[in-house]
Amino acid sequence: MDMQVPKKKLGLKERYTLMTRDLAWDTTYQPKEKVYPYADYEGIKIHDWDKWEDPFRLTMDAYWKYQAEKERKLYAIIDAYSQSNGHLGVTDARYLNAIKIFLTAVTPLEYMAHRGFAHVGRAFPGAGARVACQMQAIDEMRHAQTQIHSLSNYNKYYNGFHDAPHMFDRVWYLSVPKSFFDDAITAGPFEFIVSIGFSFEYVLTNLLFVPFVSGAAYNGDMGTMTFGFSAQSDEARHMTLGLECIKFILEQDPANLPIVQRWIDKWCWRGVRLLSIVAMMMDYMLPKRVMSWKEAWEIYFEENGGALFKDLARYGIKMPACAEQIRQEKEHLSHQVWSAFYNYSGATDFHTWMPTEEEMQWLSQKYPDTFDQHYRPRFEFWREQQQKGNRFYNKTLPMLCQTCQIPMLFTEPGDPTKICYRERDYKGSKYHFCSDHCQHIFDNEPEKYVQAWLPVHQIYQGNCFPEGSDPTAPGFDPLAAVLEHYRLNAGRDNGDFEGSEDQRNFEAWRGMAKRND
Amino acid sequence: MSKVFIALQTNDDTRPIIESILADNPHALPVESPAMVKIDAEGRLTVKRESISERIGREFDLQELHTHLISLSGHIDESDDEFTLHWND
Repeated sequence: MDMQVPKKKLGLKERYTLMTRDLAWDTTYQPKEKVYPYADYEGIKIHDWDKWEDPFRLTMDAYWKYQAEKERKLYAIIDAYSQSNGHLGVTDARYLNAIKIFLTAVTPLEYMAHRGFAHVGRAFPGAGARVACQMQAIDEMRHAQTQIHSLSNYNKYYNGFHDAPHMFDRVWYLSVPKSFFDDAITAGPFEFIVSIGFSFEYVLTNLLFVPFVSGAAYNGDMGTMTFGFSAQSDEARHMTLGLECIKFILEQDPANLPIVQRWIDKWCWRGVRLLSIVAMMMDYMLPKRVMSWKEAWEIYFEENGGALFKDLARYGIKMPACAEQIRQEKEHLSHQVWSAFYNYSGATDFHTWMPTEEEMQWLSQKYPDTFDQHYRPRFEFWREQQQKGNRFYNKTLPMLCQTCQIPMLFTEPGDPTKICYRERDYKGSKYHFCSDHCQHIFDNEPEKYVQAWLPVHQIYQGNCFPEGSDPTAPGFDPLAAVLEHYRLNAGRDNGDFEGSEDQRNFEAWRGMAKRND
Repeated sequence: MSKVFIALQTNDDTRPIIESILADNPHALPVESPAMVKIDAEGRLTVKRESISERIGREFDLQELHTHLISLSGHIDESDDEFTLHWND
């Protein structure tokens, strides 16, 4: 009889060494500088790449195993959700407008993150860092794909989901996420990993993927909940990579500290500005709310980010300079951004609306120091105008910030009644900024930011009309031409939710789901 | 001292994991939200392979955590038997 002798298994640490560093080699035909041409120019000094340690110690074989399991789970749920008409179980069709933003503004970023990590996975001379970055590159591709697959189900029934990649490159507000990632992937490999791996993944993505995705679950959106949590299970590894990177860079050479601090200051602010749209999604677009943006901010940035920066203090890293302004803005952010989108709802691929009285009460309760004083009167006025048939649409194009590309909608720190404007002259031209922090970012790298593709400037220069348009022709309607260029169906995809086709269809279908006619 | 946390999906697979974490870390506090639980702990939190294996009646590989993990914070120290989150302050 055969005896089963248990094979001696390698320990986790041993297996990790064998399957990562031991698979790397030093080149002999070409010198190292030629193989890794981007490793030095940012001024970061690395003396010993072997000191890099992936705390998860995930090897490729285990990676495939667990990712395959996640995928099987995800697609089983997505199939069940679409087979059972799951979309009719969401709390309200209004909710889906947040998901349209997700598909057009977040999903393309997953793909850009894939490109960025594939690039740095090639550019770093250390094998441990290369393996971790390559895994993350594959993860990000997976996120883009699973999001597109999950959300394509909604495209069968609702407007605005039809052409996310085309819109990402053109629609005005989408230049905010696009330019954010363009900025990151055109930086060197170390700045990229600090910007996306640390500042964005570690400090900020929790705000999007944890409370917002829990909110999706609360609103009956099984599709978003599933891809969201599936993506976030990778995210925990990404955050760990981001933190490991920072520690590794700082431990390698004291001269790295000021460079890294400048990147952290820059990218925390860039990330906070980018997430302002998530603030509005959480406070205004979820019919059932898990927590307010302010509460999420306090848990994930102030408490969690606070612990992180306290820990990094031993390397000399300080809390980013923008932290104080961010602390003040958490009271105002979602209301100001929602107001801006309500204004420009004629040119978006999703609907907006005024909150109901019950929702305003929730906002008053969550924002006792600001909502009733600064925002409720404006919203009540707009609601009143809408009821009289004068739904307000702003047709004047806004001034944009040269750095974050967000319309100038933020108020002065300490004075919520005054819009904040900053400007700079550079080589004979004037540039505008939403804040001191965006202006400082420009001041550090003006040659990069003068190249910004600003949608409003581009529209005025005639670059956002369909090919063959003649803006001088009598009766030419510039807004209609821009919407056509965006492939946005005016009157269906945009405008107020009240009276929209999405609203009518959802009501009708939900009614049919309960009857047999 | 700062808090670390681990957030997990709530499902059939994670129920014994959550139970084990709370049993092994008496100072930890679970905060439930729709579809998930966030477990906060002052300073340090340890997930033990053996406690989970005992509850599920088979050998648990700590890397199986990857399937259900939503987020975490703190430095990670992982071995075959323990997965620890901690801050160094």
